[in-house]
Amino acid sequence: MKVLVAVKRVIDYNVKIRVKADNTGVETANVKFSMNPFDEIAVEEAVRLKEAGKATEIVVVSIGPATAQETLRTALAMGADRGVLVQTDEEIQPLAVAKLLKAVVDKEQPGLVILGKQAIDDDSNQTGQMLAALLGWSQGTFASKVAIGDGSIEVTREVDGGLETVSLKMPAIVTTDLRLNEPRYASLPNIMKAKKKPIDTMAPADLGVDVAPRLVTLKVEEPAKRKAGIKVGDIAALVDKLKNEAKVI
Amino acid sequence: MSVLVLAEHEAGQLKASTLNTVTAAKALDADVHVLVAGSGIAAVAQAAAAVEGVAKVLTADAAQFEHHLAEPLAALLVELAKGYAAVLAPATSTGKNVLPRVAALLDVAQISDITAVVSADTFVRPIYAGNALATVQSKDALKVITVRTTAFEAAAASGGSAPVEAVVVPADPAVSSFVSQQLSKSERPELTSARIIISGGRGMQSGENFHLLEKVADKLGAAVGASRAAVDAGFVPNDLQVGQTGKIVAPELYIAVGISGAIQHLAGMKDSKVIVAINKDEEAPIFQVADYGLVADLFKALPELAAELDK
Repeated sequence: MKVLVAVKRVIDYNVKIRVKADNTGVETANVKFSMNPFDEIAVEEAVRLKEAGKATEIVVVSIGPATAQETLRTALAMGADRGVLVQTDEEIQPLAVAKLLKAVVDKEQPGLVILGKQAIDDDSNQTGQMLAALLGWSQGTFASKVAIGDGSIEVTREVDGGLETVSLKMPAIVTTDLRLNEPRYASLPNIMKAKKKPIDTMAPADLGVDVAPRLVTLKVEEPAKRKAGIKVGDIAALVDKLKNEAKVI
Repeated sequence: MSVLVLAEHEAGQLKASTLNTVTAAKALDADVHVLVAGSGIAAVAQAAAAVEGVAKVLTADAAQFEHHLAEPLAALLVELAKGYAAVLAPATSTGKNVLPRVAALLDVAQISDITAVVSADTFVRPIYAGNALATVQSKDALKVITVRTTAFEAAAASGGSAPVEAVVVPADPAVSSFVSQQLSKSERPELTSARIIISGGRGMQSGENFHLLEKVADKLGAAVGASRAAVDAGFVPNDLQVGQTGKIVAPELYIAVGISGAIQHLAGMKDSKVIVAINKDEEAPIFQVADYGLVADLFKALPELAAELDK
């Protein structure tokens, strides 16, 4: 079975986000970028499936600027076999990402697509579900465990009250949650090997997809800052403040 | 035009998140209809009909909706959505699972996790773990929206008397099925609706040590939460996680114990009314958002706090 994994290049999760002075977005110049953490988990899961003999080939797809090649190389160094870059400098919103991925899926015919549950830049949490919808496939979102059976896949999902297990007919879409696995670091030999793995580059137009944004960002602002309060000396003082000043207990 | 709210319910009870979502829907300045989909839902439908400001309740009572699977629910919503200006659901694990599927099938964008309604087509939503707020305008005729429940007051659960109407149930796509669930059993209030929350972080050092928090929680009638670090370390299950990738909470009182205050944790709790931080590291970033900070060893402070609350 072929497994397709989608990865996004995002501002590194350790970077302190700064809103641009003109309120058009956030500062991206001279900022470290890396693979969206949930997508790393997706790549890792695919590599584990291959190591377990459940997957035969891993194709990793990214949609974004030329620099997204680096993100693909990271995935290739982790163990993916080849990359597809849908290259564009335009803003591509989740619905358009899902349409582009559908076009790639139609060509590649994987049995399983794994994506991160959300990207930590726009926090949309939409693409996997949208891709499942467009393909008419089943979806197992927020996965903490994946078990491939015969023609079906069991996905344990992180839900508000605990865990839920569903059985999905294959082909299927899985989106990853934090506890699914702990992604590996690529070894130096694997990083070198990854440089030789093929990356196929194309444009959204090559896939015949209209990627015009449906949402217009009117402004981006910093949230109201919380003021730091006071330090109290001991527990008795704390409880006194909560009872008599804040009046919350 | 009317707007449609997907009700969230469990074990015959309408969940509070539905009430917050109704308030967000009202802000769109339209008649609010509520869809209750499930199996054996008469009581939930009655509860929804009694919510203030609800003009109509639609029911879809069928076995395929029993476990709120995304595929059959989306098939139903797509059929119903065509008559509405907007479809809304709370940004819970069910809403987040189902609504993007609906949006894609309708070929419209979804506006995720809104925290304010500016006008019928313009909304505010947090991005970058709440470190920035984007105001976005939708160009689609039909809006598909998930609602951050903590950003909207709950609509009154009584005072309404909306008519209840059953809808035609479309065929089950039958590509997925429910196998089992393991729900965390707790006598304590639910995280997302608790008035007081006490959370532990990596500083708790082990899952066993969480009983120190639980003792305090029980004296305060509080829910117990955790930081991602505590979940990653395996101290507690993920459904206790508060943060960007866990639950977003905004209680009256949030007590952070042994939590350093990583951006991604702050994203989940910084809208709490009063924040208390207990940490032995006085440089911990959590103190920058705390109303009351106590620099102390939590293993000493928590038993003291439990004792003080008994006084």
